[in-house]
Amino acid sequence: MQVNDYLIFDEESGTYIEDPEQVVRDDVEKHHWLNVLRTVLKDWRLYLMLIPMILVFLFWRYFPMYELLGCFKMPDVIKSVAEQNYVGFAHFNTLIFGNATSSISPEFWRAFRNTFLLSFYGLLFGFPTPIIVALFFNEVRSNIARSIFQVVTYLPKFMSTVVMTSLIVMLVQGGSLTSGVGALSQILESIGAIDHDTAQTGLLNLPQYFRAIYQISGIWEGAGYDSIVFFAAIIAISPTSYEAAQMDGAGKMAQMRYVVLPSILSTIVIMLITRIGSLLSIGYEKVILLYNTNTYQTGEVVSTFAIRYGVNNEGGGGGVSPGKGLASAAEMMNNVVGMLLVIGANTVARKASDVSLY
Amino acid sequence: MKRKLEISELVFKIISYTLLTMFAICCLYPFIYTISASISGYHAVQYSEVVLLPKDIQFTAFADMFNDNMFWNSYTNTLFLTFYGTIWELVLSILGAYALSKKRLLFRKGFNFFLVFTMWFSAGTVPQFLNYLDTQRVFGTIGITDDKWLVVLAMGMAAMNIILLRNSFEGVPSEIEEAAIVDGATEMQVLWRVYIPMSKSIIATVALFFGISRWNGYYWAKTMMKNQNEHPLMVYIRSNLEQYQNDDFLVGWESKHSYAPDSLIYAMIICSIIPILIIYPFIQKYFAKGVNAGGVK
Repeated sequence: MQVNDYLIFDEESGTYIEDPEQVVRDDVEKHHWLNVLRTVLKDWRLYLMLIPMILVFLFWRYFPMYELLGCFKMPDVIKSVAEQNYVGFAHFNTLIFGNATSSISPEFWRAFRNTFLLSFYGLLFGFPTPIIVALFFNEVRSNIARSIFQVVTYLPKFMSTVVMTSLIVMLVQGGSLTSGVGALSQILESIGAIDHDTAQTGLLNLPQYFRAIYQISGIWEGAGYDSIVFFAAIIAISPTSYEAAQMDGAGKMAQMRYVVLPSILSTIVIMLITRIGSLLSIGYEKVILLYNTNTYQTGEVVSTFAIRYGVNNEGGGGGVSPGKGLASAAEMMNNVVGMLLVIGANTVARKASDVSLY
Repeated sequence: MKRKLEISELVFKIISYTLLTMFAICCLYPFIYTISASISGYHAVQYSEVVLLPKDIQFTAFADMFNDNMFWNSYTNTLFLTFYGTIWELVLSILGAYALSKKRLLFRKGFNFFLVFTMWFSAGTVPQFLNYLDTQRVFGTIGITDDKWLVVLAMGMAAMNIILLRNSFEGVPSEIEEAAIVDGATEMQVLWRVYIPMSKSIIATVALFFGISRWNGYYWAKTMMKNQNEHPLMVYIRSNLEQYQNDDFLVGWESKHSYAPDSLIYAMIICSIIPILIIYPFIQKYFAKGVNAGGVK
């Protein structure tokens, strides 16, 4: 009999026998897949519940990733991705370093820069605003008044992008006739913020105003709703903390500084890290609905660049240079960098707060 | 000392109220303007004489909109997409989240990663577009020629919401489930009788997120639906807006209509917001629940 670690001494018979548990373990090892199958079959209802969701994600989230092979291939109108010819990293080269025949590279870098800047300004202005709003909410002691403020300020979050952008277009440009100037432009002109010519041209046709319009509408949309999480952290502070600070003679500002801020700091850090993680994922819908050929210079982001060349087939689409291959290569670069940011942010969050975001 | 405290408190309170009021006005103003402009006359809107209150009040824009068959068509389409889309997403998410919340599920970590990865990395719009085209073709061969079903089935499904549901299901105490199983409940009955009632508020919140994102959906519906009769309301509003920016279209408008083209769009916007305003108080209740839970003073 072969000696191994799993033999145990059986006192009744006075000999060594194999550990029965180990026999089961070996059996499981030998018939691993059979065992898995048995467990699954015994519990088939649970697995059946999982299947539809898995299929939906497989078909419409993971199959597109297979189409990403197109990044390395020559786009073709007739052939499917699998049949197209490999071109290696040619598309990436064209995008990053440019080539003699097309001006696509500067356009890509412009889009990349705009993506980063739009998110960065969003972080810079859009991140602190909800915190400030939450601090203000905390000052409103009357429940009715606070409810009214909350109802009103959360509301824009639920408007669709189409409604919001239509309102912007009509309030800024008057929507219709070229002679029309929107109500908002008129107000801005009368207080001297913009001159007559600017108002007549329309703010949405001037590249220098695109980012401001994008950010202000973003704050209008999100500041109220995003303050919920900070407000929840603020009202969780025990009243005794304030009382203790008051005993020590802390004024309002000192209370903010030494009581409120430290208590909500962990929330702020987590939210900040999340925001940094999604730095490159700019929603394309709002940009598509707001920008036009006049404002490509500041408005075009990577995903709208991809849509223009890959979906709308500007510049030929099929086999010619700016096409589906280039467009998906551009977006993939953006999304890979974005993913690295998310994973990095998540790692930092885990280290900083023992809370993993996902 | 005491006096100084009161003053700083008072000043801060005044600042808070003032700024919040201003912010609230900014949030409300576009909506009030929308209502005013939708019921004002041609000249008042066209030359921006409406600032807050309506001028030359009339309801012809609403009347024309209600007589527009395309408007009702797109409205029905939106209702269809929202209803079936929400149910589809909700059923799939609840079933999937329930399975994922069970510790005994094999390869649980793997399935979780399968979901979470889609939040980290997305293939992008072009592959997505090609994928939808393929789906359209496959649906066509099995007899689903209506692009509505493509939008309902293929779009949506956010991993984040499934994870929210899963976390909520994990919080249900296992004793209750065990008791139900002892009483002879099947898997479905456990889910239906125990888990769903115990996570009502999170399910309602997630359902409303689904519903609102379906109601507001624009880009893919516009891109994938060839037939104009299938377009939802948001696409219809946008196409109207684009039409009215075209000067040729507006030649002779004034002689035929007593309202500005903008008023028609404002009227449509109002109609598109009303359903959200109706369900909004119910969502608000759940927000308030979550937010005020820690704040009993």
